[in-house]
Amino acid sequence: MKKAALGLYIAITLALLAWGFYQAIYVAPTDAMQGEIYRIIFYHVPSASVAFLFFAISLAGSIGFLAFRSNQANRAQIADAWALAGAEVGVVFCTVVLITGPIWGRRAWGIWWTWDARLTTTLVLWLIYVSYLLLRRFVAGPQMQTLAAVLGIFGALDVPIVYMSNRWWRTQHPAPVFGGSEGSGMAPAMAAVLGWNMLAWMAWGVLILVLRYRVERQHQQIAAKEAQEALNA
Amino acid sequence: MTSALWTHLVKDLRIEWRSREAVNSMLFFALLVVVLFSLAFSPRGAFSQEISGGVICVATLFASMSALNQAWAREIRHQVLDAQRMAPTSGSDLFLAKVMANFLFVSIVQLVLAPVFLVFYNLHIAGQAWQLLLVLPLGTWALVANGTFFAALSIRSRNRELLLPLILFPIFMPALLAMVLATGSILTGDSDPTLWIKLLAGYDIIFTTVSLLLFDVVLHAE
Repeated sequence: MKKAALGLYIAITLALLAWGFYQAIYVAPTDAMQGEIYRIIFYHVPSASVAFLFFAISLAGSIGFLAFRSNQANRAQIADAWALAGAEVGVVFCTVVLITGPIWGRRAWGIWWTWDARLTTTLVLWLIYVSYLLLRRFVAGPQMQTLAAVLGIFGALDVPIVYMSNRWWRTQHPAPVFGGSEGSGMAPAMAAVLGWNMLAWMAWGVLILVLRYRVERQHQQIAAKEAQEALNA
Repeated sequence: MTSALWTHLVKDLRIEWRSREAVNSMLFFALLVVVLFSLAFSPRGAFSQEISGGVICVATLFASMSALNQAWAREIRHQVLDAQRMAPTSGSDLFLAKVMANFLFVSIVQLVLAPVFLVFYNLHIAGQAWQLLLVLPLGTWALVANGTFFAALSIRSRNRELLLPLILFPIFMPALLAMVLATGSILTGDSDPTLWIKLLAGYDIIFTTVSLLLFDVVLHAE
């Protein structure tokens, strides 16, 4: 039953991705100002949303681990698996954002990179979570999960500060397109395509996240079993 | 100030007074960084004014790595850290004492280095010089408070010397940015550094509070 549900979900996700691709490349009208290059928005923006959402999941996992670690060991392990999965898959999506961004920027602004609020925040966020993953590699033993959770919380705290500091410094990235001031917004035909791609990439991201979570849970169970066997031997 | 904090602080200061390891190694390292940058860019005139804020911050940052690692490596020997964990005092005293000691060491390094720096980079301070007395301590506190915390966090890993900068630098970035921009604007006198001083103060308050709250978790991590 579980396998059938997973298979169905994968099929729906792949169909959504194909539909999203078709919409983005063939259906969406060409932008009046930017021409064809703007189509990268259908990959750039969804990836960014998924990355930020997953980093939030990672933060929630880190807090959950610290909250549960002393009295509810099993819940703490679940929280830690979510923290790891969120950070790892988030880094992958964040990498996509950081690759598609400069490609777009080169055509739209004439420069590859600028130290603007959102670019810098995204880059620093990426660096923080890479360092989080490095910490998980470097530290051995059961204390690793605690230390990683602490770093996860520190990293998340840093994000608003980075954002504000760069906002005061300089800003090149366009002001919020959605829900922004007058003159913002998107043609309805484009917004619908963006919605499809958002849905498709979110579904894909969640699929990878859940798979990664399950792998980590199995990893934890095997490690616990081996530890138990070592005790019994 | 509690007596436990005072005891830790006096102990660290006494060890440093007798060995002078941290200050001397930091001083020489920072001097090397300043000389290397001076060689690499041969700074003159307006260009020198612009980059020197960044150079002094980065030099401090790199130099403090060795001292921060040493601060906890010393406690690992002879299982001192295990004794600290069993001691009936809160971990925040230990943490705060270490931060204060390291803050003093890094500040001494900056004070000694400042004249050397002025000479090598042919600087004159165009803005309000007294503001440097706000910016540098605030930035140093940000560096040392986070650095001490993350050094404690990475101390029990394999290759810990390597891990500290890897996890500290990304978190420290906004403070570094504020410190560099504030120092730069004081040196050039082009703009007002008040905003950046406020940002540094905010950063210090937030991260010192969180470090104090979470230090027990790190100290007793099993």
